[in-house]
Amino acid sequence: MKTHAVAEILGLRAAAGSIPEEFTGVYAGDLLSRAMSHVTEGDLWITIMSNVNVIAVASLTEAAAVILAEGVTMDPEVLAAAEAKGICVLMCDKTVYEICRDIASTAS
Amino acid sequence: MSENVTFHFDVDGENFSSAGEASVLVKKKLRQLGFSPEIIRRVSIAMYEGEINMVIHANGGSADVTVTDEDIVITLADKGPGIPDVSLAMQEGFSTARDNIRALGFGAGMGLPNMKKYTDTMEIDTVLGVGTTITMTVKHK
Ligand SMILES: Nc1ncnc2c1ncn2[C@@H]1O[C@H](COP(=O)(O)OP(=O)(O)OP(=O)(O)O)[C@@H](O)[C@H]1O
Ligand SMILES: [Mg+2]
Repeated sequence: MKTHAVAEILGLRAAAGSIPEEFTGVYAGDLLSRAMSHVTEGDLWITIMSNVNVIAVASLTEAAAVILAEGVTMDPEVLAAAEAKGICVLMCDKTVYEICRDIASTAS
Repeated sequence: MSENVTFHFDVDGENFSSAGEASVLVKKKLRQLGFSPEIIRRVSIAMYEGEINMVIHANGGSADVTVTDEDIVITLADKGPGIPDVSLAMQEGFSTARDNIRALGFGAGMGLPNMKKYTDTMEIDTVLGVGTTITMTVKHK
C-alpha cells in the first residue's frame, strides 16, 4: 500500500530516515516480545514506546517504519541509533486508535 | 561437506542499549550466507529473545551460533540465577521482570514461548545459582 495518503492524513513527521513509499501491513502494540513475533517485513509499527530497544526490534523485523503515537518523542541518541540502522521513525500526535482508524479508512 | 560457520558474541549484562546487537549481526551474516527470509526471521526472533533474557534476567552471558549443512544451532549460556520452574517460565504471560524493565516494553512473558515457537528444537539446561544454557536449532534443509 502507498504511504503517501496515510502520511498526509495522519500528519506524520519523520524524526529519523524518510517516509517509505509503501507498506505491507500494520501492527500496533508496545510489548516488545509480542511486536517481535507480529511485526513482519514492510509493516508500519505503531507504538508509544520510544527507548532504544524499539529500534532493535524494528531492525530485526524489518518494519517499514515505527510510528510514535500521541506525540511521543524519541531521545537524540535513540534517533541516532535509528539513523545508523536505517530505521525510519515517524511522529504523530494522534492516538493509536485514531492512527489505526485513519490508516484503515485511507488504505481501503 | 563444507566447513561449519561459527559466530561468538559476549552479551553485556549491564548495557540495555546494546541489547539485541548480537542478533542484528547474526541476521546480517545469515543474509550474506544466502538463507531465506523465513529462516532468517526465525533465527533472529529466537536469538533476540534469548539475548534479551540474558541481559534482563542473568546479567549477560555468551551467544554462539553454528551453521551446519543442515541446521543453525544457537547456544546461549549465562551464569545467572537459573530458572526455578522451567515449565512455568515457558507459559505465555509468565514473567518475573521488574517494573523498571516492564517500563521499557519487556515482561510480556512471551520470550521463551517465542523461542520455542520459532525453532525446531529447544533445550533448557538450568541449575539454580549456577546458570542457564539454552540450545536451539533451526533446520534449513
Ligand atoms: N536466562 C535466564 N535466566 C534466569 N531466568 C530466566 C532466563 N530466561 C528467562 N528467565 C525467567 O523466565 C521468565 C519468562 O521468560 P520470557 O522470556 O518468556 O519472559 P520475560 O523475559 O519475562 O518477558 P518478555 O520476554 O516477554 O519481554 C522470566 O521472567 C524469568 O523469570
Ligand atoms: Mg524474555
